[in-house]
Amino acid sequence: MKKRRTIMTGGLAVVGSAALWAAEVQSTLVLHQQAIDMIWLLFASTLVFFMQAGFAMVETGLTRAKNAGNIIMKNMMDFSVGALVFWAVGYAFMYGNSQGGLIGFSQFFIIDADTTLMRDWMFQVVFAATAATIVSGAMAERTRFSAYLAYSMVISACIYPISGHWIWGGGWLGQLGFHDFAGSTVVHAVGGTAALVGALFLGPRIGKYVIQGDTITSKAILGHNLPLASLGVFILWFGWYGFNAGSTLSGTDANMATIAVTTTLAASSGAVGAMGLSWKQFGKPDVSMTLNGALAGLVGITAGTAVVTPLGAIIIGFIAGLLVVVSVRYIDIRLHIDDPVGAVSVHGICGVWGTIAVGLFARGDAVRGLFYGGGLRQLGVQTLGAFTVVAWVLVSSTLLFFLITRTLGLRVDADHELAGLDLSEHSTESYSGFQIFTTM
Amino acid sequence: MKLIIAYIQPEKLTAVKQALYARQIYKISVTNAMGCGQQKGYTETYRGVDIEVNLLKKLRIEIAVNDAFVDATVAAILAGAESGTIGDGKIFILPIEECVRIRNKDSGERAIG
Repeated sequence: MKKRRTIMTGGLAVVGSAALWAAEVQSTLVLHQQAIDMIWLLFASTLVFFMQAGFAMVETGLTRAKNAGNIIMKNMMDFSVGALVFWAVGYAFMYGNSQGGLIGFSQFFIIDADTTLMRDWMFQVVFAATAATIVSGAMAERTRFSAYLAYSMVISACIYPISGHWIWGGGWLGQLGFHDFAGSTVVHAVGGTAALVGALFLGPRIGKYVIQGDTITSKAILGHNLPLASLGVFILWFGWYGFNAGSTLSGTDANMATIAVTTTLAASSGAVGAMGLSWKQFGKPDVSMTLNGALAGLVGITAGTAVVTPLGAIIIGFIAGLLVVVSVRYIDIRLHIDDPVGAVSVHGICGVWGTIAVGLFARGDAVRGLFYGGGLRQLGVQTLGAFTVVAWVLVSSTLLFFLITRTLGLRVDADHELAGLDLSEHSTESYSGFQIFTTM
Repeated sequence: MKLIIAYIQPEKLTAVKQALYARQIYKISVTNAMGCGQQKGYTETYRGVDIEVNLLKKLRIEIAVNDAFVDATVAAILAGAESGTIGDGKIFILPIEECVRIRNKDSGERAIG
């Protein structure tokens, strides 16, 4: 009897401590989960932040030496201004409580934010800045600096957050099942479309299109530093691992390995596609087209990176690489829109392509594309989403650039453009001690 | 045979070249030059401190022509390079004693042609 009681007491003690132990294990697990998420997202944020340097280098390299300092200032300031307004209102419009699925409206100035919200804001602000900075390239070498500052502020505060809310903030497109994992539409198509409108409002750089009688000839205006442009592409590619893999939003989501693989393969096949087509069309493999091709592959895979197979990623990237060559030439030679770095093609066209490609190549459980037996529904939603967002940006940025043209003036004077924006806008030189040819 | 030397603003080169082409003058040498005339210089700033830039970037254009083309060449440079402001540049016209084309040893007016 006594023995039995001892056993019972002992048993109870074991059970009790096991329950205690289980609770402790549980809380440790939660703590570790939070810690891993925190570390992963902050690390991914810094990778995406570094893409600003990539954009700065790509744009500087693909434009003329006399405007280099101006490009750097634009890239520096679109992030800085953008971060401030994204803190004030942008995040609230994007992730605040949804007002009918159209716009968020709470947490202005991320008031009373806990560390989780701080973390999320950090990860989101670098994406917002990426959308803003895309436009800088298409508007390079002729935009008034003050006008650019005003534009950046509005895109980070308003244009990007509102369409972002539709997709990522719990808005109507997200509810429809629209899938844009890391932002082919949310970030790139938005930036690319605004870039198109900006370039249209500005008009071409002096000397870009020569009119003789009825014919308009497109002239190449060479970038001044291809090594810098290619360093920029490598930096962007590097940062893209944060952009895509970080969008798991969780450090314990093992799918990030698949994402890294599909990202790598799409970029590679984009470069191969653009190189091949340029080789065939121009007789030589073109350097800057190939650089654009790698970026096109990256933009293309961004939407579907988590739900496509490696082979699907290769096809998406390859087609993006072909698209970028075709569309750069079409926009330049047929439409006569002067986009010095190809931002409209890389981010706009390939962003839309990548979004639609999800409806074809997706092989996820919830998201399944046409080629894997998912039928036409996903394809329809993807197409609807991409084109609605493009339409939203077309309308809102047309209004924005119209207002800027009427108030601040969007374009610098012709003699300032000829002398270079480094001297005329900033009264300084980027390459002091070098002989810079300002003859174009 | 005359040698026409002109110093112009760098950004006027395209306009000058177009004006020359319009008058069927296709031969031109261009060098980067530094210099200043009455214009003195301009000010740049670096980290808030002024820098006086005395020597300005100019282009030196040299065109050797036969006498019949002198007026047309000068007219073209004037048409392309003039903005009416100080610093537009100057044109010098010098006689040429002899001219030899290296490839086939042509000389004189033929060589310039």
